[in-house]
Amino acid sequence: MNLLWLIPTFPLAGFLILCATEGKLPKVVTACIGAGSVGLSAIVAALVGWEFVTSDSTSYSQVLWTWMVVGDFNVSISLYLDYLALVMVGVITGVGFLIHLYATGYMWDEEGYSRFFAYMNLFVFAMLLLVLGDSLLLLFLGWEGVGLCSYLLIGFFHTDPANGYAARKAFVVTRVGDTALILGLFLLFREVGTLDIQQSLDGARNIWPDGSVMNTAIALLLLGGAIGKSAQVPLQTWLPDAMAGPTPVSALIHAATMVTAGVYLIARMQDLYLLSETATLCVAVVGLVTLFIASFTALVQSDIKRVLAFSTMSQIGYMFFALGVGAWSAAIFHLMTHAFFKALLFLASGSVILALHHEQDMHKMGGLWRKLSIPFWSMVIGSAALAALPFTSGFVSKDAILLTAAHSETLGMTFWGVAVAAAFMTSLYTMRMMYLTFFGETKMEPHDKSKANMWLPLLVLSALSIGGGWLGFTVLETLFGDKGVHFELHLKELVAIATMCVPLLGVLVGYLLFATNVFDRRKISDSSLGKAVGRFWFVGWGFDKIYDTLIVNPFRWLARVNKSDAVDYLFRFTTLVARIFHNLLTVSQNGRLRWYALTMFSGLLFVLIVVALI
Amino acid sequence: MMDAAGGIPLEHVIWFAITLFLIGVVGILIRRNVIFILLSLELMMNAAAVVFIAAGAFHDQADGQVMFMFILALAAAEVAVALGLVVQLSRRFKTLDIDAASEMTG
Repeated sequence: MNLLWLIPTFPLAGFLILCATEGKLPKVVTACIGAGSVGLSAIVAALVGWEFVTSDSTSYSQVLWTWMVVGDFNVSISLYLDYLALVMVGVITGVGFLIHLYATGYMWDEEGYSRFFAYMNLFVFAMLLLVLGDSLLLLFLGWEGVGLCSYLLIGFFHTDPANGYAARKAFVVTRVGDTALILGLFLLFREVGTLDIQQSLDGARNIWPDGSVMNTAIALLLLGGAIGKSAQVPLQTWLPDAMAGPTPVSALIHAATMVTAGVYLIARMQDLYLLSETATLCVAVVGLVTLFIASFTALVQSDIKRVLAFSTMSQIGYMFFALGVGAWSAAIFHLMTHAFFKALLFLASGSVILALHHEQDMHKMGGLWRKLSIPFWSMVIGSAALAALPFTSGFVSKDAILLTAAHSETLGMTFWGVAVAAAFMTSLYTMRMMYLTFFGETKMEPHDKSKANMWLPLLVLSALSIGGGWLGFTVLETLFGDKGVHFELHLKELVAIATMCVPLLGVLVGYLLFATNVFDRRKISDSSLGKAVGRFWFVGWGFDKIYDTLIVNPFRWLARVNKSDAVDYLFRFTTLVARIFHNLLTVSQNGRLRWYALTMFSGLLFVLIVVALI
Repeated sequence: MMDAAGGIPLEHVIWFAITLFLIGVVGILIRRNVIFILLSLELMMNAAAVVFIAAGAFHDQADGQVMFMFILALAAAEVAVALGLVVQLSRRFKTLDIDAASEMTG
């Protein structure tokens, strides 16, 4: 386990090498460094993980060095591994490696091949720091690091200004959440006096044994940070635009890892939330609202990546919802399975997009299933897991969440009802996406150029999307020890049967609606009500418009009015005075020697007279 | 009234030096020929030297004469440099008018 420090070191080294060589290395070498560094850390993570699971300890920490000491205040750079961190590290390095491998093929023809892998490696390093850091300061460092990499990679194709706009939007919107997060961290530090995560949680338990307003405030501020990073309502607007980045980036950062950092944060600070019912309820409501809104929005999108983006939002909504209703292990479990199947869906859609020469509009696709068989079958498996069809990993984790919700005391069945309705929508929009992309008439001829480095990750992720659910279940049950709420699969109950059947019903309705003519869906979408609702859903329930009207446009107006910057006048005045004197004195500098002599003597005379008079 | 050397009162010497100095000043200010400007400079320096000599005699000390020797050496060095400049001036501008060399304005 003392190899733990190597896990973040490899990606950092990869980043430094790629940075230092400035893209002068051959592409093959760049690919080897970029994907290999993450692969090596995945191997080390597997070794460390195996050693950790077989040992009896529940946590392991490794102090690397002291960062700073100011009086009593001492921050060390140290890593902390427990089951929660292990799951995250496994997802980051494992899924991360597969996506890197895929990206070596996907990005082959793009400008800035080396820059891409440098950013990706830096991202993996920052994300590992986030989950392995044992102090809140280190966590925050990783938190901001992944935000930076997200910004850089969304705007990777920087020649198009729209991508730069999307990158800025992502950065600014998450910054709103980050401000809340850092305020929460300040408050927590003031109250408990330490930045060490475990110590501060112990401190919180001792100071507020029954919870308090302060505890709730801190928990809510941390939730604010999590909402921003994980694209939950009301800070969710950046995620669909973040799809401007290359598809592997969407798979790694905006589906599998970074956006789940909020879930990790809340799970990590679990004790704070256990002490405050209000905060826990807020987490549940935020998740519920997001998963509901996002699943409806996904139904009417035409860009395949935007469908997946909204589906990511709604799946992370499920995780928040699970955290809120006390299904801690189920939330992390769903995080893991979601990383598998959503990465798979993104990579498969990336293959489709690449084969169609960067066409992302699903209405221009269709009939591709024979020609792109590997992406098609990967997509089928990923979609089945996303829709939580029985015997896939998504089914196991989502059912665990829904059943725990149904059994929770506060508003159990109401919550369950909303979540199940969203699950129905999930399978409906998944069916729509599959139908539009792969069935119907062929509108574009695909040119499949993918090699082994692109289809191998698809195969592995397909296997994980099916088998991953059964793989990690027992491990995850021990994740939170006795603190979490235990749950079982109550297959006999009516609720359980309903939970299982709803996705199947969704698939059936989706089939009837999109693949057959039993219902005329044109009639629904062309009616005036259908059109209005469709438009409303298409723009993501109008959040962007609200923010544009309330914040963006007033700010732009202010910026336009104050273009010349009122404060600047003060400084312009001083330059004006200096300029006047400069001009005056320039006149005296006329190059005539005798004129200089005259001024010198008259100055002398002046001094003499002054001296004589005094 | 105290005497400087040879029965000449110190005050007279100082007035003489002031007059000599002012002649030099006026010469610099009104003359355009660079040679005459140099002459005026010499005049001003000698005015200072006279004051040193008179003050040395007045205080019965050799310091004044030592200072005179320094001024003499200084004047020689100054003339050497200045005549070099004069030669350059006359070569470049084909004139000795100091106002011709007024290109370095601010």
